Amino acid sequence: MAEQKMLDVEVQRQDSADSQPYWEKFKVPYRPNMNVISVLMAIRENPVTADGKKTTPVTWDMNCLEEVCGACSMVINGRPRQSCSALVDKLPQPLKLQPMSTFPVIRDLQIDRSRMFDSLKKVKAWIPIDGSYDLGEGPRMPERKREWAYELSKCMTCGVCLESCPNVNSHSSFMGPAPLSQVRLFNAHPTGAMNKDERLNAIMGDGGLANCGNSQNCVVACPKGIPLTTSIASLNRSATVQMFRNFFGSDHMVD
Amino acid sequence: MLKDREFYWRRLHSLLGLIPVGLFVTVHLLINYSATNGEAAFNKASATMESLPFLPIVEWVVIYIPLMFHAFYGVYIAFTAKPNLNRFGTTRNWFFVLQRVTGIFLVIFIAWHIFQTRLQKTINGAEIDYNLMADVVSNPGMLIFYIVGIIAATFHLSNGIWSFLVSWGLIQSPKSQKVTTYITMIFFVLLSVVGVMAILAFA
Repeated sequence: MAEQKMLDVEVQRQDSADSQPYWEKFKVPYRPNMNVISVLMAIRENPVTADGKKTTPVTWDMNCLEEVCGACSMVINGRPRQSCSALVDKLPQPLKLQPMSTFPVIRDLQIDRSRMFDSLKKVKAWIPIDGSYDLGEGPRMPERKREWAYELSKCMTCGVCLESCPNVNSHSSFMGPAPLSQVRLFNAHPTGAMNKDERLNAIMGDGGLANCGNSQNCVVACPKGIPLTTSIASLNRSATVQMFRNFFGSDHMVD
Repeated sequence: MLKDREFYWRRLHSLLGLIPVGLFVTVHLLINYSATNGEAAFNKASATMESLPFLPIVEWVVIYIPLMFHAFYGVYIAFTAKPNLNRFGTTRNWFFVLQRVTGIFLVIFIAWHIFQTRLQKTINGAEIDYNLMADVVSNPGMLIFYIVGIIAATFHLSNGIWSFLVSWGLIQSPKSQKVTTYITMIFFVLLSVVGVMAILAFA
């Protein structure tokens, strides 16, 4: 029988939210078609470092395993991406796994993505359809616009764009590209547009749109190919108009 | 206050970088270019500028106040970024970093440049003419410092025009942003040639 091929894996670990990160090396038996999740599962099965020292299993988040939930995002060989769709055969060794440290690390590769969900609340990334009586059907959306908006709706709030953005960090309150692009999505919706001034005013506040420095890493990094920089430029235009409407007054805040 | 109104501060920062600061830099380099026609031509062009009515008011309103706001708020913006060129080596990410590096360098360069020229008139009553600059760049180290300063300024302005157009929402599609990158880089090369030829005329 051929000798078992081993993978070199280096994991940046952290025992608790406040403790210092450190690196551990592992040797993982190779199997064909492995993804990074299955590598982590192999470490969990046998939590022994490359030097033969017994250690704790590595903690990470995962859910859908088909790149639609965003939970398993981490920095793999220096690039933020989903570990489920990161195939070992396509990656150079040693595999280096790090948490997306733009977010607070909970433990090892597990991070707290709450800041994005808070931003979605802040920018009102939803369409209010509830009333005290039946509001009936909303306006019809042109099919071509629906197709276009569908691309923006693919966002899974994974956080890769925030991790790749040089302006999202501990010195800045920038909410990052994902929540901004959602404002464009909901403002484009015929019913959503009925509150578009509220969303625009929200992103014209602290940590909003103006913090974008146009490094345009987000659009390169987005696993869903969402045109994030186009969304930001589009919102810049809407915000310019909104700024003048706010100052000079307008009867067209929502249309 | 600063954070809540940051949208307006950032828009003001973007606007002032172009008008009046960027416009002033362009005019400044074009006037300097007259030095390529000799000492007398430069002194004449410089005297025309100095003969503007209400000069101190014009200097403060058109140059010093907008420039200081752009410079100091810009330093704050630059230091809130955490560059990641090692992860993303794209043109845009390079320009993002260069915009911040040139900006910080320019604060130092322009402060020194104003001290060496305009402030010499205020402090020592020196005449601001061809000879003053010729003395400055007779030192080869200073000449290099000035050439780097001029190229930093022309890059910062050219890329700043692109950022202005994106920040105000004028160019939205990736195609228009790409075409504008080329146009602003052509502008960068042309203005750099003007600026560097001008400074070499004093050397």
